[in-house]
Amino acid sequence: MCKKPELLVPAGSLEEISAYLEAGANAVLIGNVEYAMRLPGDFSIEDIREAVAYGRQHNAKIYVSISKLFHNEQLEELKTYILHLADAGVDGIQFGDPAVLRLVKEIAPQLPLHWNAEMTSTNYSTANYWGDRGASRVVLARELNMDEITEMKPSLRIESEVQVHGMTNIYHSKRRLVKSYMTHQGRPVSGSDLSSKRGLFLIEAERPNEKYPIYEDENGTHIMSSDDLCILEDLHVLLAAGLDSFKIETLMKPMSYNKTVIQAYRQAIDTYIENPEDYEFNEAWMDEIRRVQDPERELSFGFFYKEQVY
Amino acid sequence: MQTTTKTHVHKYSGRRNRLSKPELLAPAGNLEKLKFAIHYGADAVYIGGQKYGLRSNADNFSFEEMREGVEFAKQYGAKVFVATNIYAHNEDLEGIEEYLRNLYNAGISAIIVADPIIVETAQKAVPGLEVHLSTQQSTVNWQAVQFWKEEGLPRVVLGRETSMEEIEEIKRHVDVEIEAFIHGAMCSSYSGRCVLSNHFTDRDSNRGGCCQSCRWKYDLFEDARPEAETWISEEEALSDPVLQKFQLGVNQLPQFTEDDNAFTMGSKDLCMIEHVPDLIDVGVDSFKIEGRMKSIHYVATVVNVYRQAIDSYMADPDNYVLKPEWIEEINKAANRPLNTGFFYDTPDHEDHIYEPEEKAAPYDFAGLVMEYDSKTGMATVQQRNHFKPGQEVEFFGPGGTFFKQTVETIWDEEGNELDAARHPLQRVKFKVNQPVAYFDMMRKKK
Repeated sequence: MCKKPELLVPAGSLEEISAYLEAGANAVLIGNVEYAMRLPGDFSIEDIREAVAYGRQHNAKIYVSISKLFHNEQLEELKTYILHLADAGVDGIQFGDPAVLRLVKEIAPQLPLHWNAEMTSTNYSTANYWGDRGASRVVLARELNMDEITEMKPSLRIESEVQVHGMTNIYHSKRRLVKSYMTHQGRPVSGSDLSSKRGLFLIEAERPNEKYPIYEDENGTHIMSSDDLCILEDLHVLLAAGLDSFKIETLMKPMSYNKTVIQAYRQAIDTYIENPEDYEFNEAWMDEIRRVQDPERELSFGFFYKEQVY
Repeated sequence: MQTTTKTHVHKYSGRRNRLSKPELLAPAGNLEKLKFAIHYGADAVYIGGQKYGLRSNADNFSFEEMREGVEFAKQYGAKVFVATNIYAHNEDLEGIEEYLRNLYNAGISAIIVADPIIVETAQKAVPGLEVHLSTQQSTVNWQAVQFWKEEGLPRVVLGRETSMEEIEEIKRHVDVEIEAFIHGAMCSSYSGRCVLSNHFTDRDSNRGGCCQSCRWKYDLFEDARPEAETWISEEEALSDPVLQKFQLGVNQLPQFTEDDNAFTMGSKDLCMIEHVPDLIDVGVDSFKIEGRMKSIHYVATVVNVYRQAIDSYMADPDNYVLKPEWIEEINKAANRPLNTGFFYDTPDHEDHIYEPEEKAAPYDFAGLVMEYDSKTGMATVQQRNHFKPGQEVEFFGPGGTFFKQTVETIWDEEGNELDAARHPLQRVKFKVNQPVAYFDMMRKKK
């Protein structure tokens, strides 16, 4: 019998946590906007405590993202924040900036660390490097292909997490690019909403059918993929490879959509684990997702079956 | 071409960390550019090898060329660094050790590395080779810098998002060499945090495939469809009077008009020539110029100017004056409008290029001085671009020697008079108004 992987989803509120756990997730990623990027909602430290308590009751892990690239001015408060998280008893911290690793090791070494350097966690050896320095998990880059991911697993000395569904970030700048553009046009944006709720997107001239969401927040400008990753049909390949955690990205999707997706993946995982040899993909799981999928966003395999050149 | 900074003049007013002479670090896309960069005043150059670098399109160095470059650099007391700054995939791991050994054996002083596994491999396998952390790691705070110092790295190249004040703080907290980009093109994203190329063209930006999608033109829209829990089909929408107006064509609201420029992420280029004293005062140890793909003319001109500014400030900090001709020189080589990046504030609408991109630099490299006869005042010049009698040209050389003149009669080496210097690398002779020396350059307006 093979090991049951974790099904992880970012949640934006306590309500979402409860809905997603009910739908079949067993780990949740949350965070505070001061310290994390691209999360579906904002949790105060009190909310985080409540989430941890709720997670305990429901046998689910509560991870906190501290994924920002920090500047000096935030280092002091970051320290306090980490102490609060340790006190709250969170199950792990996702980080990209080595400053976080250094501080956690100094003041809260009991906190498990998940290394998430977004598009730059691209090989097993670098993951093990961070493992040697205290990380217990690597979040793999979304730009890897299936062979790279499955080959990597036996060489990893730490847990691996891979995104299996949803949009991905493809560009992050500290600059306020939308605000700059609008100001350049003579339409200043003071007071107007440039957040992910606004629904802004970019279209490149030669790719009229690809809509790339773009938004701004405290961390600058984020551009997201025009397609939604959906590995459901080939989830068994990742299950067979023994990856430890599957992440469904919930960002910029309605809660009802996310619940449907979580349920579909939950069924696929459970069916596989019950009897890997006789596993058969059930097209009905995909149909459920297709039914709620935004028709203007393609469901794709992302980079799983692409050859990239350089 | 506009002046180099915004109208308001900034001056870093904090404490002076110490006054030690920074290294001037220049790009060298090939052996010839390496020689020019060093002759014009670079203390060190960085180059790309055949593997593991981020400029897969550049004319990268073989080990043999590296050895020759290192030999040349030695005569000037200069160093050669190699950028091995990809984020490796599994398939890239094998062979790194051997490659790094070859670099060391070729006399390379340091490698510039983004991926921590290359850092570790170098430290274990080739302890004599210095490792510098690449800007691709987007290191922008002192705790992160401290981390890399504790990992044994003598130098960190900061992310371009770091301000002057932050550099001062970093230097105050951590005793490590700090390298900062001071001139050239910039990623508008956090370096390494952009996979636009991967998505648009299947080219891996973090392994050298960047196709500069940030400089493409985009249209910005707002999604105007009603919030949907379940998406409905086109027919359903058409039959619903309320939803009809959200059908194709009206379901997205353009955030621009016919006359507007398109949206882009493309940044103006960095230029810190007006702020050399600030950079030295806060303790930047290495001034890095971007541009392994740039021309000889660009590299020589830019290096020459910063060399003079640094030397002038170090010689007498209190009486230092920014020379207007330095800015003029920089503008002769500039490919894009210039700004000061994140050093004094976060770039805004004035710092991106929405207008159609300006043409390349306004001057061409016309000829290279090979010999000069002080008795006759005749120079032997190797042709690098077409020029002819009657044209106005400028001569310049290391240290700021500079004069303009009109080209008079040109002869070939056999003494035949020429109507123009037409052939690339052809050696021609003509009279020059002031003494020149081997390696001086001649430019002309385009």
